[in-house]
Amino acid sequence: MSIVIKGARICGGEPADILIDGTDIAEVGRGLTGDETVDADGLVALPGLVDLHTHLREPGREDAETVETGTRAAALGGFTAVHAMANTSPVADTAGVVEQVWRLGLAAGHCDVQPVGAVTEGLGGERLAELGAMADSAARVRVFSDDGKCVSDAVLMRRALEYVKAFDGVVAQHAQEPRLTAGAQMNEGSVSGRLGLTGWPAVAEEAVIARDCLLAAHVGSRLHVCHVSTAGSVEIIRWAKSKGWNVTAEVTPHHLLLTDDLVEDSPLGAYNPIYKVNPPLRTRADVEALREALADGTIDVVATDHAPHPVEDKETEWAAAAMGMIGLETALSVVQEAMVETGLLDWAGVAERMSYAPARIGRLSGHGRPLEAGSPANITLYDPSVRAQVDPSSYASKSRNTPYEGRSLPGRVVATFLRGRPTVLDGKLA
Amino acid sequence: MKRHLISAADLSRDDALLILDTADELAKISERSIKKLPTLRGRTVVNLFFEDSTRTRISFEAAAKRLSADVINFSAKGSSVSKGESLKDTALTLQAMGADAVVIRHGASGAPHRLAGWVRGSVVNAGDGTHEHPTQALLDAFTMRRRLGSLDGRKVTVVGDVLHSRVARSNVLLLSTLGAEVTLVAPPTLLPVNVDSWPCEISYDLDAVLPKSDVVMMLRVQRERMNAAFFPTEREYSRRYGLDRDRVAKLHDDALVMHPGPMNRGMEIAAEVADSPRSTIVEQVANGVTTRMAVLYLLLGGANLGGEDQ
Repeated sequence: MSIVIKGARICGGEPADILIDGTDIAEVGRGLTGDETVDADGLVALPGLVDLHTHLREPGREDAETVETGTRAAALGGFTAVHAMANTSPVADTAGVVEQVWRLGLAAGHCDVQPVGAVTEGLGGERLAELGAMADSAARVRVFSDDGKCVSDAVLMRRALEYVKAFDGVVAQHAQEPRLTAGAQMNEGSVSGRLGLTGWPAVAEEAVIARDCLLAAHVGSRLHVCHVSTAGSVEIIRWAKSKGWNVTAEVTPHHLLLTDDLVEDSPLGAYNPIYKVNPPLRTRADVEALREALADGTIDVVATDHAPHPVEDKETEWAAAAMGMIGLETALSVVQEAMVETGLLDWAGVAERMSYAPARIGRLSGHGRPLEAGSPANITLYDPSVRAQVDPSSYASKSRNTPYEGRSLPGRVVATFLRGRPTVLDGKLA
Repeated sequence: MKRHLISAADLSRDDALLILDTADELAKISERSIKKLPTLRGRTVVNLFFEDSTRTRISFEAAAKRLSADVINFSAKGSSVSKGESLKDTALTLQAMGADAVVIRHGASGAPHRLAGWVRGSVVNAGDGTHEHPTQALLDAFTMRRRLGSLDGRKVTVVGDVLHSRVARSNVLLLSTLGAEVTLVAPPTLLPVNVDSWPCEISYDLDAVLPKSDVVMMLRVQRERMNAAFFPTEREYSRRYGLDRDRVAKLHDDALVMHPGPMNRGMEIAAEVADSPRSTIVEQVANGVTTRMAVLYLLLGGANLGGEDQ
């Protein structure tokens, strides 16, 4: 069976038709016909989005999210592949757990689920997990991360960086010096001082990134830096890249849009833990630096760090609340608002940073391919012309902890195709 | 005035002066043999204390009772809270009981803000984490005003662990609202980063600041801060930032010495200084009751003072 997508602007270019035959794109051109037609007049077609950083919470916290609900949210957000972070319970530190998550993703069928393996056993930061076994498993793990925890031991980090070279892996570091962030609650600055919340200094992130860049260079390994949040981190990564070192980095949508003063002054009330996240929201100057870095390629990727939490873990006093925000269903809209509408990025740039680059870093050969004949038909159709109020109750994610409640955001994912099969049509699960 | 008193920043200059003037009126009543006023009869004030603070709790309790309010003391220890009940559920319980005002002391900064979103009554912050303690600042201002007259242009020096002090935050805000000039003195480790954005001066040198001070307010310094390397030893802290007899000699004759309590005698303040005539420490406690009466009275919109009772 063939499907023709009529009149889509591929990566924002001139309108064209995309003919899908089976699992692949058969042809791109004008006046194409197929068994079924999807009208994409005015829509932007992007290669299916790839998220390098998703928390699906299964196994262990099925009250917050499951592979089924999380991948529904992903498909509705335009994603065709997500990397499921390892901080589950049990931790994804064995071949057994990563294969379980991978199979759950396969069964759900809304998008590909690529498990991330833990770097250390139980995220304990003491002994390497069986990285090779996870790499050789059916899940074919290539990205390893203790996300949520930092591999702070310099020797362990060095060994991990070296060890994964054997199977072309990458260590995705959550850069947070633990001693400098003991009890930390929010970005250390004017706002934390006024609010009496323990500060989370930028240097706690930057010092680890600097060390890791030097380590990666020393042992000739690939390093990926998770959720970069400060202007200083950007400078260090820019410097490392200028040396030709194999360092990549990601930024979250929320760090491109939101700032730490929301903790003090927001329509949702002061000290609202909906804004509590790790790494913390930073200052306007940091946001500007991150946008610029994403535009000039210093930061390679937008990754959601989709972190679902049940209501009771957020409806608390600030210090008791869980850290994290959901983001799969708003990612593209936030990127449009922060990067496209500001003129910093065109849609081709969005395709690079939300599909090609994350697929490259995660070594996902079936994703992040240009929309042309012969590529797998992983396609996201997006309408950038609409604008709507964020309604958390409308989301497919099991959790509601979105920081965008009460805002309006541009754009809407109209359809998502995973290897030729629509997972989303007309903005709803197909 | 706003419905809640959560931060000293909630108070305009007029609000603050109204509270202090009302407290002056109420202080006169406290001097009578029968101290009770009927103004809040039938109203319920809940003292919701998640941290042990007998001094502050009994101060609020006395204030509410002198205004004839019904007082419910809810101590988190040994209650459903210690069994894992959330702040929100506690708030909804109090709401169901018809609390007109909730006085909250909590170890987490911002807990009163959260509470205010869940109850209909007024929320009074009786100290939240390392954030604020606005009624302490009000009673301090009340004490200064009684001794010094107007606070306009008065030089107030606040010394000690500013980083972890809710008293310092509220005092800086309120005193600058009232026109006083505040200087914070502390070792650099015990000042928040970007403290230069606060409406006050900063100094590391207590001896240089003392001769110009009209008021010196000493903050409690917890000994355990040593363990986190905020300062090397108690002795060194005391030597550099403690108020002893020699330092007091640098103050002008009318300058006041204040402390919010509880004190570490011999650490931040020498015993003989704490007990000296320029010390207002005991007065501060007495003034706490009248100031808190004024706050409850104004927030709960009691009948006019001097009305039905007089």
